[in-house]
Amino acid sequence: MSAPPKKSTNGSPGKKPQRFLRDRSAFRGCFSIIVFLLIWELGTRYGLPILKAIPPPSAVLSAFKESFVDPAYWGDWGSSFIRIGLGFILAQLIGIPMGLLMGTSRFFRELSLPVFEVLRPIPPLAWVPASALFWPTPEMSIVFVTFLGAFFVTILNIVGGARSIDARFIRAAVSLGSSRRDIFWRIVLPATLPSIIVALTVGIGVCWNTVVAAEMLAGHSGLGFLTWRAYVTFTYPLIVVGMISIGIAGYISSAIIRVLGSRMTPWLKTN
Amino acid sequence: MILSQTIGNDGKALAKKPAISSEATAGKISIRDVSIVYDPEGTHVVAVDSCSLEIPAGEFCVVVGPSGCGKTTLLNAIAGFHGVTSGEIYMDAELLCSAEKTAKPGADRIVVFQNGALFPWKTVLDNIIYGPLIQGKMDRKEAMAACHELLIQMGLSGISHRYPSEISGGMRRRVEIARAMMNDPKVLLLDEPFRAMDALTKTVVQKYLLDVYDVSNKTVFFITHDLDEAIFLGSRVIVVTSRPARVKKIINIEIPRPRDFRVLTSEYYRQLKEETLEAVHEEAQKAFEAGEREMA
Repeated sequence: MSAPPKKSTNGSPGKKPQRFLRDRSAFRGCFSIIVFLLIWELGTRYGLPILKAIPPPSAVLSAFKESFVDPAYWGDWGSSFIRIGLGFILAQLIGIPMGLLMGTSRFFRELSLPVFEVLRPIPPLAWVPASALFWPTPEMSIVFVTFLGAFFVTILNIVGGARSIDARFIRAAVSLGSSRRDIFWRIVLPATLPSIIVALTVGIGVCWNTVVAAEMLAGHSGLGFLTWRAYVTFTYPLIVVGMISIGIAGYISSAIIRVLGSRMTPWLKTN
Repeated sequence: MILSQTIGNDGKALAKKPAISSEATAGKISIRDVSIVYDPEGTHVVAVDSCSLEIPAGEFCVVVGPSGCGKTTLLNAIAGFHGVTSGEIYMDAELLCSAEKTAKPGADRIVVFQNGALFPWKTVLDNIIYGPLIQGKMDRKEAMAACHELLIQMGLSGISHRYPSEISGGMRRRVEIARAMMNDPKVLLLDEPFRAMDALTKTVVQKYLLDVYDVSNKTVFFITHDLDEAIFLGSRVIVVTSRPARVKKIINIEIPRPRDFRVLTSEYYRQLKEETLEAVHEEAQKAFEAGEREMA
C-alpha cells in the first residue's frame, strides 16, 4: 500500500512563491519600483524637463556591468569601507567608555559637558579645513571627520541611556550584594546596551554621510570620490552607479549593525 | 534548601520535605522612635514621625496607610536605601540604622518592588542565581542546581531560560519572590508588589506568597493600600497616619493558617475589614484635605 501523499503546510518551501504573490505589501513594493524605473526610463528618453539630464536606467545598468569587472571600482568600495571602519570603530572605542563615564559620574559629566556642548553642534564637514591643517595626510583627515560624525552621536545616546537606568535595578542589585564594580559591569552596562545599539545604528548612518562628503572634498579614492569624479568627467551614468553603490554600502553596514545588535540584546526580541 | 515544602503551580503546598528553616529564629525588626525628615535644612518634609513598632521574627506584618504617608520611606530605611533623622532600627540585636549610622543594603533584607525589578537582560535562571553568585556563596554549577530545585519547589519549573518579558506579570512576581528566597533572607520587604495586577492574577499571587510564607516562616514587612489584601495576608495590620507616618492602630488578624479565600466571606473577616476601614478612612480623609490645601 502506498503512503498517502503528504499534505503541504503553509510553511513549506513550495508554497513560498505563491504566498509571495498573494502578499500585497510585497506586490505593491515591486510594483512601485517597476513604475519608478519605467517613469525614469521614459522620462529620460522623451526629455521630460527634470529627467532629461539624467542617464536612463538602461545606461546605468550597462555602466554597472562595466564597473563590476573593473578592479578600480572595488578599490573605491574598499577605501570607503576602511575609512568608515577606522572612523566608526575609533568613535565607539573612545565614545562608549566616555559616554558611560559621563552618564554615571556627575563629576566627569560636569567637567566634560561644557567642551562637549560647544563642539557637538559643529557639523563634521565644517571640520574638513581644520583637520586638513592638523592631520598630515588627506586620508587621516577623512578618517578624523568620519570619526567625529559617529563620536558625538555615540556619546549623546549613551549618556542618555546610562542616566535613565531605573533606580529599582540599582537598588535591587545593591540589596542582592553587588559592589560598585558589579553595578557597573552587570547592571549599568547591560541596561545601557540598547542605547549603545541605537548609537551604533545612527552613528554608522552619519559616518556614511560624512565619509562620502569628505571624499568628494578631499579624497583621491572611495565611493564619494567615484561619484564626484563621474560628475567632473561628464560620465553621468557613473554618478548614479556611485549613488546606488553608496546606498548598498550603507545598507550592508546597517544590516551588520542590526544583526550584531539583535545578538547583543536577545531580551529585546521578545518585547 | 530554603523551603521545607513544595508549592504547586496553583500555589498550594504539596509534598512535605524535611524542614530546614521553618521555625523563624531570626528576622525580628525593632523600629524605635524613628523620625525621617527630607531636606531638614530646606523644605523640611517630615515623612515619618516618632514611629515605633516591634515585628517579631517570622511575623507577616502588613502596613496600610494613605498614599504618600511615608510607608515606603520606612521600608527604604529598613532596606538601607536611606537613613533616619532620629531613632533606631534594629534587626535582631544588630543596629541597622540610627541618626549616626545608615544601614547597608544587604541580602538579609531583600526588597520586592512595586513595579518589579527583575533584570530584563537576564533570564529567569540568571536573575535567581544573581545574589548567591555575586555574594560568592555558591559557584555557578551549585547555584544552577539550587535554582532548579527552588523553581520546582515554588511551582515555577520550565521557565528558567525565559526572559522576564516572555512571562506573564503574575509569573514575574513569583520569580521575584523566588529570587528573594534564593538568598535566604531574614526579612522580606514587599512594597505594594501586587498593585498593578488585575484582581484575578492578584488572588493567585497572594495565595502563592502565603504558601511561601507558610513553609519558609520568614519575617515579612508588606506595604499595601488594599485592605482585603492586608487582612487576607497579614498576622497584624498596622494602620499608619497620613504624613508624617506614625502608628495609628494595630489590628491583630487571628485567621488561622494556612488560609484560603473562603475566609473573605466570614463574619470575622467582615468585622476586621470594618475596623480597618474605619481607621484608614479617617487618615485618607486627612491626606485628601492636606492635598487639597497643598494644591490651593
